[in-house]
Amino acid sequence: MMGHGSLGRLAATRLVRNPIGLAAAMMLMAVTVACLVGPFVTGHAPGRIYPDLVRVAPSLAAHPRADDLRPVLERLAFRMRLRLDDVAQEDGKVRLTLSSELRTDPRVLTYLPRSDLFGEPTILAREDEGRRLVVSAPVRELRFLLGTDALGRDILTRSLVAGRVSLLIGLVATVVALMVGVSYGAVAGYVGGALDAVMMRLVDILYALPFVFFVIVLLVFFRSSLGLILVAIGAVEWLDMARLVRAQTIALRGRDFVRAAEALGRPAGAILRHHIVPNTLGPVVVAATGLVPRVILLESFLSFLGLGVQEPATSWGGLIAEGARALESAPWILAGPAAFLVATLVSLNLLGDALADALDPRLREA
Amino acid sequence: MLYVLRRLLQAVPTLFLVIAASFFLMRLAPGGPFDLERPLPKASMDNLARIYGLDQPLALQFARYLGSLLRGDFGPSFSFRDLTVVELFARGLPVSMTLGALALMVALVCGIGLGALAAFRRGGFWDRTSGLLAGASLAVPSFVVAPLLQIVFGLTLRWLPVGGWEGGAPGHLVLPVITLAVPQIGSIARLTRTALVETLNAQHVRTQRAMGLPPARIARHALRAALIPVVAILGPTAAGLLTGSVVVETIFGLPGIGRYFVDGALNRDYTLVMGTVVLVAVLVMILNLVGDVVAALLDPRARQRARLGR
Repeated sequence: MMGHGSLGRLAATRLVRNPIGLAAAMMLMAVTVACLVGPFVTGHAPGRIYPDLVRVAPSLAAHPRADDLRPVLERLAFRMRLRLDDVAQEDGKVRLTLSSELRTDPRVLTYLPRSDLFGEPTILAREDEGRRLVVSAPVRELRFLLGTDALGRDILTRSLVAGRVSLLIGLVATVVALMVGVSYGAVAGYVGGALDAVMMRLVDILYALPFVFFVIVLLVFFRSSLGLILVAIGAVEWLDMARLVRAQTIALRGRDFVRAAEALGRPAGAILRHHIVPNTLGPVVVAATGLVPRVILLESFLSFLGLGVQEPATSWGGLIAEGARALESAPWILAGPAAFLVATLVSLNLLGDALADALDPRLREA
Repeated sequence: MLYVLRRLLQAVPTLFLVIAASFFLMRLAPGGPFDLERPLPKASMDNLARIYGLDQPLALQFARYLGSLLRGDFGPSFSFRDLTVVELFARGLPVSMTLGALALMVALVCGIGLGALAAFRRGGFWDRTSGLLAGASLAVPSFVVAPLLQIVFGLTLRWLPVGGWEGGAPGHLVLPVITLAVPQIGSIARLTRTALVETLNAQHVRTQRAMGLPPARIARHALRAALIPVVAILGPTAAGLLTGSVVVETIFGLPGIGRYFVDGALNRDYTLVMGTVVLVAVLVMILNLVGDVVAALLDPRARQRARLGR
């Protein structure tokens, strides 16, 4: 019997020697770290709305740009009920001349920092009995590497925050499917006989059904929540795992160490836990790696239809749905989250293939 | 024949399970089909409930529903007033079937082609290319493929319409069919490659080689044997196509079953959702059966077993 440590170490050494598997693992790690840490680094809060910077195309340049300043300031001046007479730009600051028919109230200047585009304003001069203000305010430098969406939110930050949800669901739903599938398959395989026949007949029946339609019914009719999504996805995806573990268990059932445990009078539950399940781990790990992308895909699919994670939380699928709606005017709203999703799915699939090779007993060297 | 009959008999309890599960699932959920933002007066709600038989005990409603299903009556739709579910199917099914059948053909041709190419040129450039394509087709979800196709062919090149059905005009079919076929191409290609590699290493192929048969004949024999598993997954493929149709019909604005299903679910249209689930389940079960039967007919060993009455 092989311990967990040696199995893990063997897989790890093999994986490191496989360049594609290694690249996939690193890519996955990068996405995960970016999703966890990234939102603190991008400089934008995920829900922060910049109403003056809607549908900004992706670029490295700082916003607001010089030629955007004038219209933005016109809008702000309108909100302050002042007239914008003059705008001058000098290294990182704007110098505004604002005027009005009546005495101006300097308190309206809070509109400037509130727009998130400018810093605290300083009044340089009050002219014409207070009817004219000369104000200087620092211009903030905002960068939107992947652009902004239809409401003026940073797409990079939103994609990273959504990635947390997608990855979390991928992981947890896989664990749910894993636990159900492994225990179901192990019991069916170990007990055998009529119980096995009935249990596997049920799996066959469920296999033949278009399960996604049930999941949609479930999520629509009971209000969608994170827990329900996890249960629904887990309930769909355990079938493969059950078949796999059953086949493994049947192969293990006749082995000497299992029969020895039986001869010692250990209860069936303990034999399953200590002798059967640990030995099915290799193929189960491979299958689970293949399961994670399928789960993430299913969740994105549901979120795309508006049935998955609900606002204000989003997942990649939800962001992609937003992008698909604004396709004509701003294709980058789709591109950001889609790139993250596809990169994650591709690297998970490749990692799964590499793990399958690494754990394949036929390829095991002496 | 006996086998088909037995499978059909086995399908009956499965179908009953499907109907019962979705019926009670929907009815146990909070909210009803006539809930509006501003609630209707109680008397109107009671009237509506009486007309649609929703005031009866749940068990009786279920029995009635089963009875009408046996007569081929799926009941009136709750959200599409004046239309029965059967009438909606009559409109939507041709759309979805056309899309599904064409996508299946595209997927089979491309998938088997890619898989065969990979297997015959195993380890070479084509093997890697085809593996890459198959992997990509499995990893890029259809709701990303569809908008991409729309951008490229609809908005930039302006070759094809971005959406709509227009009575099934060929131009309107191209993008939805491609979108629907893409994920299936990947899985069929992988399956074909695996099966073909195995067949090419099998005894009978080695024998044929040793006998000096021309490579093209060997390839034909091997391909025929390797196609059995591809045919056998017809059911799951069909299920995948049906699932895909939900997204594809929503994105491209096509009046098919998948779209009706989503709309119906969002409007709590009990009969429409139930009807769709039943219809889809029946379709998938039939195609599962067809796939198994055809695979068995192609496989001489299975034919032998069938003759021996196993």
